[in-house]
Order: sequence, then structure tokens, then C-alpha cells
Amino acid sequence: MPYIANTDADRADMLKTIGCRDFTEMWAAAQVNTPAPPLDGLPDGMSEAELLKYFRMLSEKNTDVTGFVGGGFYDHLIPAAVDTVISRSEFYTSYTPYQPEASQGTLQAIYEYQSVMSRLTGMDVVNASLYDGGSAVYESALMAMRINRRKKIIISEAVSPVYRTMLKSYAANQPLEIIEIPLDPENADSNLNSLLTALDSETAAVIVQYPNFFGTIEAWDELTARTKELKVLSVAVCYPMALALLRTPGEIGFDIAVGDGQCLGMPLSFGGAYLGFIATSNAFMRKLPGRIVGKTVDKDGKPGFVLTLQAREQHIRRENAMSNICSNENLCALTALVYLTLTGQEGLMEIAEQNAAKAIFARNEICKISGIKYRGNGAFFNEFVVELPINAEEAVSALLKKGYAAGIPLGTHYPGREKQLLIAVTEKRTREEITGLAKAMEEIL
Amino acid sequence: MKLIFDKGRSGRRAYRAPACDVPMDSAVPAAMRRSAPARLPEVTELDAIRHFTNLSRKNFGVDSHFYPLGSCTMKYNPKSHEIIARMPGFAGLHPWLAQLPGGEKLTQGALETLYRQERFLSELLGFAETTLQPMAGANGEFTGVMLIAAYFKARGKTTRNVMLIPDAAHGTNPASAVQAGFTCREVSSDAEGNVDLNDLAAKLGDDVAGLMLTCPNTVGMFDRNVEQVCKMVHDAGGLCYCDGANANAIIGRVRPGDLGFDVMHTNVHKTFSTPHGGGGPGAGPVSVVEKLRPFLPVPRIICKPDGSYALDHNQPQSIGQISAFYGNFGVLLRSCAYLLMLGRAGMIRVSENAVLNANYLRVKLAPYYDQKITRMCMHECVFSATRQVAKGVHALDIAKGLIDRGIHPPTIYFPLIIPEALMIEPTETESKETLDEFVEAMIEIAKLTDTDPESLHDAPVTMPVKRMDETLAARKPDLAAPLQ
Repeated sequence: MPYIANTDADRADMLKTIGCRDFTEMWAAAQVNTPAPPLDGLPDGMSEAELLKYFRMLSEKNTDVTGFVGGGFYDHLIPAAVDTVISRSEFYTSYTPYQPEASQGTLQAIYEYQSVMSRLTGMDVVNASLYDGGSAVYESALMAMRINRRKKIIISEAVSPVYRTMLKSYAANQPLEIIEIPLDPENADSNLNSLLTALDSETAAVIVQYPNFFGTIEAWDELTARTKELKVLSVAVCYPMALALLRTPGEIGFDIAVGDGQCLGMPLSFGGAYLGFIATSNAFMRKLPGRIVGKTVDKDGKPGFVLTLQAREQHIRRENAMSNICSNENLCALTALVYLTLTGQEGLMEIAEQNAAKAIFARNEICKISGIKYRGNGAFFNEFVVELPINAEEAVSALLKKGYAAGIPLGTHYPGREKQLLIAVTEKRTREEITGLAKAMEEIL
Repeated sequence: MKLIFDKGRSGRRAYRAPACDVPMDSAVPAAMRRSAPARLPEVTELDAIRHFTNLSRKNFGVDSHFYPLGSCTMKYNPKSHEIIARMPGFAGLHPWLAQLPGGEKLTQGALETLYRQERFLSELLGFAETTLQPMAGANGEFTGVMLIAAYFKARGKTTRNVMLIPDAAHGTNPASAVQAGFTCREVSSDAEGNVDLNDLAAKLGDDVAGLMLTCPNTVGMFDRNVEQVCKMVHDAGGLCYCDGANANAIIGRVRPGDLGFDVMHTNVHKTFSTPHGGGGPGAGPVSVVEKLRPFLPVPRIICKPDGSYALDHNQPQSIGQISAFYGNFGVLLRSCAYLLMLGRAGMIRVSENAVLNANYLRVKLAPYYDQKITRMCMHECVFSATRQVAKGVHALDIAKGLIDRGIHPPTIYFPLIIPEALMIEPTETESKETLDEFVEAMIEIAKLTDTDPESLHDAPVTMPVKRMDETLAARKPDLAAPLQ
């Protein structure tokens, strides 16, 4: 019997101990009536060999293509040792570190994760993780409301359409007013003037993305200066890999930085599990949602770690909690920590520089093709928008048949941009693959 | 205790990037570059591996220790499932791919996995439909109560804005209900943790949208009136939410959908054996009756008449998106593998043995620890350390004493309606010998309460650290390593 330890003899013995002749008596005594019907919709059980064969068959039904798709989630190289560490079963078969003496491994790892993310974002404090980038955007809006007790959220349409949809879905029954500010129609930028104009003393937060959904790096100093005057909370949705090179949200003066840490060692895995992060300044640490690990000492004065500031959380505060989050994405936070440890200070910069180099090479190669135009302000990290002479959906469909996932067609999410294509290039793509894509694009036009 | 930042030397490397085969150029302007590199560790691969290997050894996990943490269902995590989640055809798959024109064809294996799992869960739990989007149990609760809110909104009943929540509920229930825009109203429980029917009747009304009930309940009991409770809520015009945190006790034996529940979440990291990961990632599928189907998150995964799978975004009444794509797919692969491996017959064996093991502990420990409820329990048994408190030993001291005996403590001080609670959930994957060793340890601790209570106040003494100063941690928060 798979995964059940008791033998028939054990069961007979134990049933006797609990005073039951059989399981029917046990269920009756436990007041469990209304038995389930025969579960005909469920299959017979499988052996391990059959199971592996079945899933291998399914996995091979997914076709491999050369990917230039990003949109917030990227195909980066992952050092082998990342999986070695997260495969330590003392990490992955443990649970929430409610008993600190028996969980110092997890607790110290989260503290180190909080530290590396603080250094990468240039923010003072980071929580132990949230579900993903989209839920982190929502949590940042709630956090802003807790801090300044206002209800209006201004968000640029250059924030990922996925995150904006999630924000609206999550906040549907909250007393929040969400105002989306349209893009600059000429390029792939937020409309900074419209954002500045929309801010007022009733605004809780303004949310922008950095680099934005189109890969464009925008300058936000004017925005953060204005938010400080109005006591509006400024939120940057960040791509952590880009932060290896870019001025940090902390340097720019953002109050909150959030985002998805998938790029830090997590496989794409068809959408999860990923890593939501949220970072802020010391002034607002007690308004953060979710778990936080702190350093302290034991009764002998020896340093160690505990879950802290728990008075914010649901298991203490119930309906007055700052969030309903309980479990977070701990193993993903560990993944990010190990990834940032292995790539290290120089390695991460090097990887980021390669992303940038390959992206500008790809942009140049693709824009050599007659009829294709770059659409952006010139500053980008590893993702950019081009305008095609034909509908981008048709182009993507034709290119998939040639083995290239060429990018994300923008028309579905941005009406009026039906000919535009969002292309991402990571360090994993080779020169040959990039020129191959350019050649294939030329052929289909 | 050394941090990773205390190890290594400036210039030391663990990673070498591939040779760059394009010109080293960049579209990142100098003015937009950070003033200094992020101060990340500078170590070799060996430094890193040794650091993290040694950290891991400071943890208790299911693979190393008995872990009877009540309500968390710390069962064994089969290793083949880890292999499945890492298969390149799954791990390397970009979630956007399925949404590109023509991309569904390239992701049929992934879509089939999700589609089949939704059918399995609906069948197993007795519902019409299931969504796999929620990324954890509490995220599933939120999704479930959002569905209830959307249902009433669609019927123009916007005055139903109260969610009834029993006093024994997990803290996530009221917190999730508030996130979904509800006001919480507490319902009392009787001594067994059953919903107090008189109090329920008094709390029901035109303003009530529903009731969130944990089934089996948080004291490890199957509410003897559960069908009556659902009927009362329905008669008053409300819907019933089943918190499936404890579904491990009932799978294959009873289906919440048959009892009258309208919506339910399960925690795959509990019932369906995906690893807990030190606190996530999990997944919290939500199953619903037919009338809630139109409100499920998008995209839905559908099976077309030709047998192929596709995404359906066209659900005008949907509550929207709960995760960026289709939920925590890597986690859901593991739970799908678990469902397939156990199959129809395996489900009932899980619940039978989970309940048997818990009752075995209940009976064996009864002479030594007080019980507020003495009848047959479900997957977990709850004791109260009241007898020990009289001698100055609290539930916390008992927990710490267990750590010294190589056992992860039960859940303590929950549920709140049981004073000095010790909530023990052995799960079906543990053997009788392990349970007997646990019983021995608990008896030894009970005896120490009389003979040497001081030793329990000092516990644990065998771990890397002793009891931690949590007050200091909260008063002077140190949440990140300072830069040297």
C-alpha cells in the first residue's frame, strides 16, 4: 500500500486499542455519515514506474521552442548548485518555523534572503516573501492605505497587464479607487505628465514598473520627489535582474519596491511557483504584510533568529490582520538566496550585462529588417518593443511554426498596438539563435 | 553562527558566465546605473554548499524527524514527484506560451495535467468544478469567499455582506473574509468544537452571505451537525464555505459537496502531499457547485470536442485572476502525481489510516494528558496541558521537551477555544512504532512534570540555540545584515 506504514496486523491491533472492531465502527463513532459514492471518475492507482512514464509522456507533449518571451518572467541560466541546496529535504520537508530552536536553518536562510534582497533593491527591509509579483502589487496598495489612510491608487498602464488585472481582481471588494493612466501613445513609456497631474493629496499610492512592461527604463526622480510633497506612497514594481545594473528603487526614493523574483533561479515551470517580494524603508516596516524574520539572542545570549513583528499577522490579529497571508513562498525565497550567493556580486553584474548586450544586439539585428521599427525611448535592459508591418499575432503564429516564440503580441492587452511585438533576450540566447530569429522574421514578412 | 556575508573574500567567485558571443554593448544609460554594485556574497561553490548544507542540518523536517504538527498534515513527500516537477518539458515551459496565437498546441501536456487534476478534485470532493489558481490555502479561502461575494453581487443582493465564522476557526478565515469585503460575525462552538446551533440560528439573517466552516473542524472532530448547519445557512439564503485544511481525514470517505457545502478549498501541501518547503510554496485549489462556476478565475482550462485542451478567457462574470497564470504549476504537478499514484482505492486508505493513527495516540495518551473531548476524533487529537499547568509546566514547555527528544512539537495554543492546547496530527504515513516512541516521549515528559519540571523550563538544550528572546526581536528589529 503506497505511503501507508501500518500493516494489516498493526491495523487490527490499533483498532482494538481504540475500541473498534473495524473501520466502519471507527467512522460511525467519529460521526462521519453520508459515505462517498464510488469514485468512478478517479483512476486506479499507478506504480512509480507507470507514473514516471505517464508524466514523461505528458512533458514531451510540450514542444520546445527557442524563446524570446519575457513579459515579467524570464528564461535565465540556473547554476546546478541551486537545485542541490533546495533539494536538501531538511529544507523542503520542513514547515513554517514556529519552533525556532528546531528551525534555525530556515530562519537564518530567510534572514539572509531579506538581506540580499535589501541590498539588491536598496531598500531597508524586505519581508520573508509573498505569493508572486501580482499579489505583491496588491499588498503594496493595501500597505499604502494602511500608512496614509487614503483610498486612491494611481497606476501606470506601463505596469504589466497581468499585475493590473490581478490588482483589480484582488481589490474588487476593497474600498479602493484604481485609476489607470494611459501610455504615451508615441512610444513604450508611461505618460509621466499624466501621472504627475493625477497625483493629489487624496492619493494613497502611485504604482509604476521599473523597467516597465515594455522593457523601457524610465526616469522616476521627478515622480518620487512629487509623491514626497503630497505624502503619496510611491511603489516600484521591479525586475530584480535589472537591478543588478540600475539605480535602485532606494536610490530613486521609492517608498515600496515589489516584484517577482522568478528570475533569481526559479524555472519558468508554466507559471509557478514564483516569488513575490516586498521591500520598504525602516519607517514602514511595521506596516509590511506577511512573515518577517529577525535576529535576536537566546536565553544564554547566543545569536539566533525568530519570526518577528507577528502582531501584524492573521494568526494573532484575525480579522484585523494586515493581510490574510499565512504560508508564503519560502523555498522560492531560499532559491533566490542561493542563486544570488552563487552568482555573487560580480557574477550577477556579468549576467545582467550579457542580458543587456544580447538585447541590444537583437534589437539592432531585428531593426535592420525593412519595415520593422523600434518603439521606445532608447533605454532598455533586456526587453524591447518593435513595430512590424503586419499584425503581430499573425507574425508570432507564423514564427512559432518555424520554432521561435518570438515575443508577446501587444494588441490583446493594448488596443491600437496590434502591430507591436515585445521581445525579451536573456543571457541564455546565443548569437545564432538571435540571428536565426531575425532571419525567420524577415522570411515571414 | 556565521552569516553567508561573513564568509568568502572580495573577488572570490562561484559562477562563470558563458563567453559572450555578441559585442559587449548596452542600452542602459550611464546616468541610470546604480552607484555601486549590490553587496552580494563572494564565495566559492564549496563555500556556498557547505554553508547551506550546514544550515539545513539545523532544521527538523519530515525526512529527518517525526513531525506531528496539528492541522499541517506533515506527511511523507514521495521522491518520484520531485523528479516529475523537474522534467524539462514542464520546468522549462514559459507560461505565456499557451497564450500566444498557436501556442496552446505547444503546451498540451501541461494543460492536460491541469485539466485532469481539476476533474479529479471535483470528483473526490463532490463538486461541479475546480480552479487550481490559488497559490496557498489562505489564497484559496480568499478566492472562495470572493466567489460567494460575486454570486450575490450578480443577483443584486449587495446587502449580504456578513460572513459567519466560528470562534474555533483558523485566523486566516476572518482575515480572508475581510480581504473579500465582508464583515465577520463570530459563531460560538460547543465543547466539542461543533457549531452551536442556537447561536447559529441567532446569527443568521438577511445580511449573511455565508458561513466558513472547517470540516473536519479545528479540534479534529467531525461536526455531528454539519448537514444541519449547511441546511440552516441555505434556508437563510447564505452559502456554505468548507475550509478543507483538514481534508486528509475524509478523502474517499465523505465528500463535502454531498454534505451541502457550496465551495471548498484544499491545501495540496497538506492533503495531497506536496512538500511544505519550510513555509511554501503551496497551492489551494477551490472546488465549487454548479451555480458558482461562472465566477471562477480566468483563464479556465477546457477540453475541446477533438480532445485537445485550450484556455478560455471568455467568462464575463469571472472574479478575474488570482495568480498570474494557472497557479503554482510545479506544486500542482506533484499533487496530480499523488492523486494518480493513490488512485480511487488509495484515497480511502489515506483517510482511514490518518484517523486510526490519531485515535491511537488519543487513547494511548489519555491517562497522561487531559482531553476536553473524549469521543472518536478525526485526523488529529487535541489535548490540554491543564494538568501539567497545575505543576507549572505549560504546553510550550512540553513542546520544547519534545524537541530535545528528536520530535517536532505538535501545534500549541491552537485552537483558541482549548486552553493550553496540544494539537497532534500523526498522519497516515507514520508507523505504529513511531507512534509508540512518541507516546513514550510524551509519557516521560508527563512524569518529569512531577519530578523535575525545571528541566522542561530549560528545554531545549540539545539544539543549536536555546529559547529565543522574541521580545527583543520585536522591540529592536534586526531584519537584515548590516553592510560592513
